Amino acid sequence: MNRLFKATVTDNKQIKKDHYLLTLHPFKKINRPEPGNFFMLSVDSSLDPLLKRPFSMHRWLGFDFQILYRVAGKGTGILSKRRPGDLLDVVGPLGNKFPVAKTHDKIILIAGGLGIAPIFSLAEKLKKNKHLLFYGAMTKEELLCIDELKSLGIEPVIATDDGTLGYKGVITDILKKFLTQNSKLKTQNYLYACGPKPMLMALSLLARKYDLKGYMALEQNMACGLGTCLGCVVNTVDGYKRVCKEGPVFRIEEIVWE
Amino acid sequence: MGMNLSVDLGKLKLQNPVMTASGTFGYGKEYSEFVDLNKLGAIVVKGLSLKPRQGNPPPRIVETPAGMLNAIGLQNIGIDNFIKKKLPFLKQFHIPVIVNFFGDSISEYIKAAGKLNETKGIHALEMNISCPNKQEGWSIFGTDPKVTFKVVSEVRKVTDLTLIVKLSPNVTDISLMAKTAEDAGADAISVINTLTGMAIDIKTGKPKLANITGGLSGPAIKPVAVRMVWECYKTVRIPIIGMGGIISAEDAIEFFLAGASAIAVGTGNFINPEATMDILEGIKSYMSAKGVKSLKKLTGAVRC
Ligand SMILES: Cc1cc2nc3c(=O)[nH]c(=O)nc-3n(C[C@H](O)[C@H](O)[C@H](O)COP(=O)(O)OP(=O)(O)OC[C@H]3O[C@@H](n4cnc5c(N)ncnc54)[C@H](O)[C@@H]3O)c2cc1C
Ligand SMILES: Cc1cc2nc3c(=O)[nH]c(=O)nc-3n(C[C@H](O)[C@H](O)[C@H](O)COP(=O)(O)O)c2cc1C
Ligand code: FES
Repeated sequence: MNRLFKATVTDNKQIKKDHYLLTLHPFKKINRPEPGNFFMLSVDSSLDPLLKRPFSMHRWLGFDFQILYRVAGKGTGILSKRRPGDLLDVVGPLGNKFPVAKTHDKIILIAGGLGIAPIFSLAEKLKKNKHLLFYGAMTKEELLCIDELKSLGIEPVIATDDGTLGYKGVITDILKKFLTQNSKLKTQNYLYACGPKPMLMALSLLARKYDLKGYMALEQNMACGLGTCLGCVVNTVDGYKRVCKEGPVFRIEEIVWE
Repeated sequence: MGMNLSVDLGKLKLQNPVMTASGTFGYGKEYSEFVDLNKLGAIVVKGLSLKPRQGNPPPRIVETPAGMLNAIGLQNIGIDNFIKKKLPFLKQFHIPVIVNFFGDSISEYIKAAGKLNETKGIHALEMNISCPNKQEGWSIFGTDPKVTFKVVSEVRKVTDLTLIVKLSPNVTDISLMAKTAEDAGADAISVINTLTGMAIDIKTGKPKLANITGGLSGPAIKPVAVRMVWECYKTVRIPIIGMGGIISAEDAIEFFLAGASAIAVGTGNFINPEATMDILEGIKSYMSAKGVKSLKKLTGAVRC
């Protein structure tokens, strides 16, 4: 199946400062994206920005789908100005997915910042597991989807760097506190995480210390998104792997941080 | 209208002039969902060496205005793995498979070319000479005409396949390098490889690529590439495969007018995975609108 398609913007609304929720209506039926999958979007047809930008699947609406994004530079700035009716070229869904857990598996989800974009779709999918969700952001204003999570019956454990909501501190420290205080948490738990690099590095250390297994979704600059340019590699115990092809989801213990 | 789009590269005949640039099309399979590979002029695969290579540490790519810098570091699976794992897929198509290859030393080039020459299903070789020569203090094979002559003529001796030499643009006089390749026995030249560049993150004060420098590709380099094709065309008689920033049929036609017999699409595949087919259709439309019956008539037809 040819994964290149055109999509109409049906909604592109600002939900918080610099944060937007984009709803796209594909011109053709696309493969159902799974949590962890991503799309390459061309924000416009000019030569600068030139390359498509990668974005995680945030919510699948049956035919349409949503992307949750932050204005981080030129490309996302242009994207934030796209209006309903505008057309975008998209390739996807791409990459691997978070492996599905068995319903009896105990699961801890961890999202940092925009990492909530894919973790939200996973939280929705794994609802039956009655997972714990740890969600951290810099400040209250950057916490997204709280109401949507609540309407799914999910009460996240929240931390903000500045303490404006939930615990004050970084989310991995809060997770660590939970793990030390609650010995039951330490057994048979799977971690599923997405977030900024410092968070994932801290999480890798925690996972090693408490002997927890799990998966995390990584980011890397991309050009093709299809596995051909070899531009998006990360270092693993088995050598370099492509985030767009073997990833973006990797086993936590597999990643070698420099 | 009967239109002749065919191209001759040495002994090799292409059904049309649209090729893929090495390193941007993987080993073909990755793009087969977007492109009917049988419709390409030829497929050029990612650069191979005798032994697999790890490549450079990340970050390896960074976008720049209308272009991108890459420092992949020639990561590849090695010739043996290519023959075993990738070539069988390509053999089911009836288009020529062109293998791009390189070495760290002249003897490695010779061994690599010899091995590829014996392999069924490979129709031409493209020598990447934009890589460092381990024996000669890591200077680039493709920047010193004496070294270029030596390595190309040695490879010429071990292969009877069409031999394409891919020139480095990081030289003062590209026509001298083109002439050198021709004199050493090349059947065709590819012009151009990436231009060495650098980008710095002013927030951290560090280079954006782990390798510090990388190769610039994409529309940003097109005028340089067109100029180099034109200079080579005035100097050599062997056919030129033009590349560097081609993303549309208009871009491709500029290269033909400057002197290219065929063209290759590189970074353009990343922007639009169907770029090669769109370009091929666009070339046909241009030819029929202009009443050009044979593509060969366009080559070098710039009116200076
Ligand atoms: C698999 C994957 C999933 C992602 N999912 C999301 C998401 O759901 N929501 C979201 O807001 N962002 C997501 N990102 C990050 C997003 O792609 C970047 O923020 C975006 O590309 C920045 O583009 P820009 O032009 O605005 O920024 P600029 O900094 O101007 O971009 C310059 C170049 O760097 C690249 N780049 C910059 N930051 C990143 C980054 N963090 N990751 C990869 N490439 C980058 C751009 O693609 C571009 O080529 C994801 C990245 C990856 C790899
Ligand atoms: C990611 C990437 C990888 C490349 N790898 C190779 C390679 O292995 N061997 C080679 O000869 N050229 C390689 N090139 C150079 C291209 O084949 C081409 O010459 C160059 O990118 C200019 O064309 P473009 O602007 O259309 O990309 C690579 C280019 C890119 C962008
Ligand atoms: S983005 Fe090209 S290989 Fe991953």
